[in-house]
Amino acid sequence: MKYSAKIEVSLKPGHSNPEGETTARLLKELGYTVETVDVSKVYTVTLNASSATDARAVVEEMSKRLLVNPTKDDYTISIVEQ
Amino acid sequence: MKTEDIKVCVLRVGGTNCDYETARAFKELGTQAEIKHINELAKHGDLLNYNILVLPGGFSFGDYVRSGVIFARSLNAKLGKQMKQFIDENRPILGICNGFQILVEYGLLPGFDGTDPYSQATLTTNNPQGFKCNWVYLKNENKGNCLFTNKIPQNKILKIPIAHGEGRFLFPVEKEKQYLEKLVDNDMLVFRYCDENGTPANGAYPINPNGAYHDIAGICNKEGTIFGLMPHPERAMYWWQEPDWTSKTHTTPYGDGKLLFENIITNVNKTQ
Repeated sequence: MKYSAKIEVSLKPGHSNPEGETTARLLKELGYTVETVDVSKVYTVTLNASSATDARAVVEEMSKRLLVNPTKDDYTISIVEQ
Repeated sequence: MKTEDIKVCVLRVGGTNCDYETARAFKELGTQAEIKHINELAKHGDLLNYNILVLPGGFSFGDYVRSGVIFARSLNAKLGKQMKQFIDENRPILGICNGFQILVEYGLLPGFDGTDPYSQATLTTNNPQGFKCNWVYLKNENKGNCLFTNKIPQNKILKIPIAHGEGRFLFPVEKEKQYLEKLVDNDMLVFRYCDENGTPANGAYPINPNGAYHDIAGICNKEGTIFGLMPHPERAMYWWQEPDWTSKTHTTPYGDGKLLFENIITNVNKTQ
């Protein structure tokens, strides 16, 4: 079975977010009413697995091994069968 | 071991861009320094022919995913066994800028429990945000554990430039104090950003140029054999690399960066 996995990596709460703060400041300068901006990165991975559970387990492992630094990152995974 | 017999491997991949200057600094001091691509080294399997490994600065693999992480995983996948032996034999490893990021992502720094499978720290987006390229002052706070600085007097102030967009050293927020204590207790804290008089920045920009926790600019492992720093000593090797070189009288042809290269060479002279 083919699955599409989305891994969204975002900053853990409590860490300062200079990229979001800079973006928010610029958006305000452009005239928008903005309180905060959070920045995250989304990886879309297409993979073959025997079930959605197996696909999630593999994606969980690849997130920990490469896509996420546990010091500063939180992440969520969503799996869709294609 | 005689200086001329010391072999230094300056390891590069696509995106590395400080390999030439780094190799030149080691050659200037009389060692044999070779620039090797990771695939070349993996193919011939000769990492253990070298006495010192250097991960130079740059933007390896375009800084994709996170700075240094792809180089780190690639190094582990292609040369993991040799790396383990290299480390177990206490052969020194230096990571400069992107090299420091690679060592952190590899789990070698801080490496409180040896090589950690997942990083216990990170070097992330500067705060204030943006690429910073300027000279900074560093205070040597190491008490003698680090093989790259143990001949440099404690509290000596060095002037060395930085060039990075992701140099903010952080521990997990909930473990900041605990990990800092470990760093200090094990004499793993090496360089902190300070002003020209040696007063710590205490987070104040631009003395601390990136918002690093505790003004941390460089750390080593427990054994003192693996050292990473964000500033570029190879860009402070000669006096003529300094910004005020035309207006000062120089008594030595070298800059502060030389001290680090000289330091590790002297130690390898004695130990290998």
